[in-house]
Amino acid sequence: MSDPASSPPPQGLDDAILGRVVVRRFDFQDVVLVPVLSVVIALVLGAVTMLATGVGLETIGRSFVALFTGSLGSVSALSETLLAATPLILCGLGLAVGFRAGLFNIGAEGQLILGGMAAVAVGFLVPGLPMAVHLPLAILAGMLAGAVWAGIAGWLKAATGAHEVITTIMLNFIAFRLTDYLLRNPPIQKPGRSDPISESVLPTAELPRLLAAIDPSLRIHFGLLIALAAVALVWWLLFRSTVGFEFRASGANPHAARYAGMRSGLIIVLVMACAGALAGLAGANQVLGVLGRASPNFSAGIGFDAIAVALLGRSHPVGVLLAGILFGALQAGGRQMQVAAGVSIDLIAIIQALIIVFIAAPMLVRAIAPWAFRGRPGARAGAG
Amino acid sequence: MDIELRGITKRFGSVVANSDVNLTIRAGEVLGLLGENGAGKSTLMNVLSGLYRPDEGEILIDGKPVQFRGAGDAIRAGIGMVHQHFMLVPVFTVAENVVLGVEPVKAFDRLDIKAARAQVREISARHGLEVYPDAIIEEMPVGLQQRVEIIKVLFRSASAIIFDEPTAVLTPQEVVEFFGIVRSLREAGKAIVFITHKLGEVLEIADRISVLRAGRIVGEGDPGTATSVDLAEMMVGRPVRFAIEPRTTAPGGPLLEVKGLTVLNERDEVAVSGVDLTVREGEIVGIAGVQGNGQTELVEALTGLRPAATGTVIFAGEDITRASARERHRRLIAHIPEDRQREGLITEFTVAENAVLDRYYAPPFSSGIAMNWGEANREAARIVKEFDVRTGSIFTHAGNLSGGNQQKLVVGRELGHDTKFLIASQPTRGIDVGSIEYIHERIAKARDEGDGILIVSTELDEVMSLSDRILVMYRGRIVAEFPAATATVKAVGLAMAGVVS
Repeated sequence: MSDPASSPPPQGLDDAILGRVVVRRFDFQDVVLVPVLSVVIALVLGAVTMLATGVGLETIGRSFVALFTGSLGSVSALSETLLAATPLILCGLGLAVGFRAGLFNIGAEGQLILGGMAAVAVGFLVPGLPMAVHLPLAILAGMLAGAVWAGIAGWLKAATGAHEVITTIMLNFIAFRLTDYLLRNPPIQKPGRSDPISESVLPTAELPRLLAAIDPSLRIHFGLLIALAAVALVWWLLFRSTVGFEFRASGANPHAARYAGMRSGLIIVLVMACAGALAGLAGANQVLGVLGRASPNFSAGIGFDAIAVALLGRSHPVGVLLAGILFGALQAGGRQMQVAAGVSIDLIAIIQALIIVFIAAPMLVRAIAPWAFRGRPGARAGAG
Repeated sequence: MDIELRGITKRFGSVVANSDVNLTIRAGEVLGLLGENGAGKSTLMNVLSGLYRPDEGEILIDGKPVQFRGAGDAIRAGIGMVHQHFMLVPVFTVAENVVLGVEPVKAFDRLDIKAARAQVREISARHGLEVYPDAIIEEMPVGLQQRVEIIKVLFRSASAIIFDEPTAVLTPQEVVEFFGIVRSLREAGKAIVFITHKLGEVLEIADRISVLRAGRIVGEGDPGTATSVDLAEMMVGRPVRFAIEPRTTAPGGPLLEVKGLTVLNERDEVAVSGVDLTVREGEIVGIAGVQGNGQTELVEALTGLRPAATGTVIFAGEDITRASARERHRRLIAHIPEDRQREGLITEFTVAENAVLDRYYAPPFSSGIAMNWGEANREAARIVKEFDVRTGSIFTHAGNLSGGNQQKLVVGRELGHDTKFLIASQPTRGIDVGSIEYIHERIAKARDEGDGILIVSTELDEVMSLSDRILVMYRGRIVAEFPAATATVKAVGLAMAGVVS
């Protein structure tokens, strides 16, 4: 073992941020214990928040029951949970690819919106195609738009060194305003409408519902299967493909990657394009599977929630899948909670935020629940 | 002030860094603490300077037990540490750095810089540590920066001073001056601990020697009677050979020819200036020089990691001046980078992933699209076996290997297949004697197989023992060249300081 005292300190802000995001070795505490406890503590603090704002104990009890029944309590609840989880998983996968490669992409929201806009455009502007052609075309258009939008930030970083956190935030604003413009002008705006809203997607470009045979009101659609396939594909990309090896190498140690002859500029652009394609796919999933058209704010903050999903999932595809389902359940259950117990759905945002705080500060979790960590020697301490 | 460490044990998780260490440090005496990297020297000194609390054992100062709750307690008790990596603010002056944290103040809490200057002058004069109080740290040579660190410690009234690898960054001439300072501090009655892995230095300066291996004190030596060979054996735990195998073949024709190479650094300053050099087949050329004289930029330019501003690089008769790093690697130019943890390895990756870091993109390790981890694992297992990399398995993270084994992994990756040329930068920095011995053997073997080899090292001993020819780099230029037969430490050392006859 090397001398623990001489282990190098973490280098720079990026490492400090990404060190917490990307799990670099399997460690039970890090991968399982901290996330699970974070969720539990966040739920408890959610209850405390309700108490502090004058909600009665009985109502708090009812709201937690509603949270559970609304997310897992019935087939319909499960369908809603998975429906909400699908775009979070897709977008979270894209962010995870970026995190693994050392890129902190804040621009998933903008990439998602433009992906959705492109999918809508193809979805109603090219009539007369069979579904087998039209639907894939619309999805690909969404992925391409997201990839190009994120690729701009990648290219800016590769060519000029502009930090991706700054450029992706700025590109978000441009995407928002660009969407406003498109929704108010032909050919996107629905003819005869003065408010910003797009033409509806043709049936041949809609993602078919999966359980329509059982109950036509079950909204879960084909996008879930795409998300599951994406989980497998991203896992393969990161851990089995050659370009994924380059992604991970650049993320873990850009200097060593350069010394190994990897072309960092090209890799940055590729990573951002992959991340953007997945965010764009999430956008396409929303407009082709749930909404049927685009309107302002149709993204509903999914691109930002997905950052939390990727964080909670520790940038591992399977982790992102599980975290996406959890956040989907919170969304679906939160709506039920609002209806049944009259508690604002904003509470869900508080709980989600608390989860992320605890994930980012594992020492806090250790301090709150020391008994959970007892008897397990810290795996980090001795590693020099 | 006398300090006694009694039965000190310090653990990190399951790793025992120090085990039942007993050590006495006396006023007016220099204790040489000898040990390889990872032997637990730094941990022990961090216990003494209050940064770590020992799990067992106690520290006694003048016979009385003391408890340090932090570095502040140790400083107040009179223990000062001069770290290997200086803790100075580069843009501040000498005086500002010295008083930082314990500044003399005037009314309204304003810094009394005049008082600070006067105090620095007073300490300088008393101990013969000549510095100019208003000089800016980043504009001073390393040797002077070290003086500032010493003044800093004295300013805090230290009666015991710990030097952690103090000579690592100094030129041979600066080492001589440094030893002069240590002797005068000893005469002033300070207790001094001198931590190093360099045998010659400890024999020269220490009054007593303690050897640390695997966290334990394994022996004591008297500098009057102990020899380098004895001490090395104590340090490593087995007999050590110092000389490398003499060559069996004569150098062939020129392999690498560099003409008029000029390279710029990140700030667009000229770092390498009009360098000409030739390395022949089966020849080892060593580049000596104090760190920061353009060696890094020269190596980066030769390996394709930094563009050449002017000049040409010819390899095996072909111009490779504009070839990429990968292209040069394909031409069988191997590269052992300067910093294994930063450039040579990805510490979060497994041994297997690191073993193919240079050739991951081509068959048999990749089809171009997918990795073939089976082949990569087989290659890793071969390198681990052939190069004696001590690791739990090929799936262990490279960061968990000791420095020597990390370096053997890098060397194995670079030399474990067909090569024509090797550029080795600091190939043995900070690793154990056993690994140094092994890596030198492999370099000699590559030479015997007809490879051209360029070694860049700040360790003069290393350059002199391996090279057929020695070039000295100073401020971006090759200022002197010595055939191995006629090179002396004195002549090369003077050239490293820019003094050329």
